Amino acid sequence: MKSAPFEYHAAATLAEALSLKHDLGGDARVLAGGQSLIPLMHFRLATPAALVDINPVAELDYVRRANGHVVIGARTRQATMLQSEMAASAAPLLVEAVGWVGHAQIRHRGTVAGSVAHADPSAEIPTAVLALGGEMVCRSVAGERVVPAAEFFEGPFTTAVADDEILTEVRVAVWPEGTGAAWMELSRIYHGFPVVGVGALVHLSDGVVDRASVALCGMAATPVLAPAVADVLAGNEPNARVIAEAAEAAVSDLEPPGDIHGSTTYRKKVGRVYVRRALAAAVENAGGFR
Amino acid sequence: MTAVRQITVSVNGQTFERAVDPRLALVDFLRDQLGLTGTHIGCEQGVCGACTVLVDGTSVLSCLMLAVQADGSEVSTVEGLASGLELHPLQEAFWEKQGLQCGFCTPGMLMRAKEILDHDPDPTSETVREAIAGNLCRCTGYQFIVESILDAAERIRVGSNA
Repeated sequence: MKSAPFEYHAAATLAEALSLKHDLGGDARVLAGGQSLIPLMHFRLATPAALVDINPVAELDYVRRANGHVVIGARTRQATMLQSEMAASAAPLLVEAVGWVGHAQIRHRGTVAGSVAHADPSAEIPTAVLALGGEMVCRSVAGERVVPAAEFFEGPFTTAVADDEILTEVRVAVWPEGTGAAWMELSRIYHGFPVVGVGALVHLSDGVVDRASVALCGMAATPVLAPAVADVLAGNEPNARVIAEAAEAAVSDLEPPGDIHGSTTYRKKVGRVYVRRALAAAVENAGGFR
Repeated sequence: MTAVRQITVSVNGQTFERAVDPRLALVDFLRDQLGLTGTHIGCEQGVCGACTVLVDGTSVLSCLMLAVQADGSEVSTVEGLASGLELHPLQEAFWEKQGLQCGFCTPGMLMRAKEILDHDPDPTSETVREAIAGNLCRCTGYQFIVESILDAAERIRVGSNA
């Protein structure tokens, strides 16, 4: 037993969880899968005074399609996501990224929304959600706010979720027919946290790119979008030259912090190569590579 | 000090009622309160897989689950694999194929292997390798472990057809 002492509250319903969070505020952390929070508590890097356990809240366990989005409840396990045929066809980038998270035992407990709320700048799920154009539903007893992914990740392990709120749902946009998606990552050990990870989406119309989105992890304090990719690709046939140019543009403005696993220069170089490969794979998946 | 909570957990078919501190990890509950020291503690941070047990039939890392969260659950540990003196086919195969050396990863490896074979009675060597990616072994190089699991799968298939 290594965690600092805390009050444990098992919420039976969302209403109860929201009420607890309203009363306890920032002293309480939400416990979903616990695959990141519990190790942090073991190390005493996190010492919350209370935990609000949402594992019993069955009403938050869902993955379904609604209003042009795939919507995922806060209690939905990563393993559940991987079993959803609907999600695999409607949001293949997210499902592919989830498949790279940890290993089976981690994915059995870990939740999609929990990874988003944890906001590790190296993690796959927040990056895929950002690439897809996601939005996060933050609820409190007072009501709900919908925060776009581009405004949600404020810093390493820091999000727009307020102290009295719970991230109750993650939504990702369903891209139209003709979209190809690909996730690529470099990690030190198989299924470890990526040093650099890339989620790419390309939509082709008559063999020409009309829409694209790329997000990267491991390149900044938060997952980042690379809007320059769409600028380079739009209106062009996605051949090797254009893709290489887009990959160059994707990383040119990034200054990733270096660490023991990769210097700034190394991450930029790997980022460029992985954006290129991810774009090529996405184009191929969209049926337009030549 | 935080309030102690009463939990009821079934472990290997036997029901236990205990009072636990909420911060007690499931693995520490199994080992220290129930005396079931077969489940090993490795990294205590979800990296090594040594503490893998099945909760309601699904493999989890018992270092990253609180004992209070197992209230009302059915937990299976390595102690429940054998029937009396008769080893489980996985245990027989690990023994005969030398699927262990120091044995530290073995309880977690066996429980994960049981789950794999419960879902897929005839896995390929590639499937097994992928499926045990979350269980570290520093002795065997994994080759004998994979062979043991495949051998156990065959034993179970032959046994169920007999």
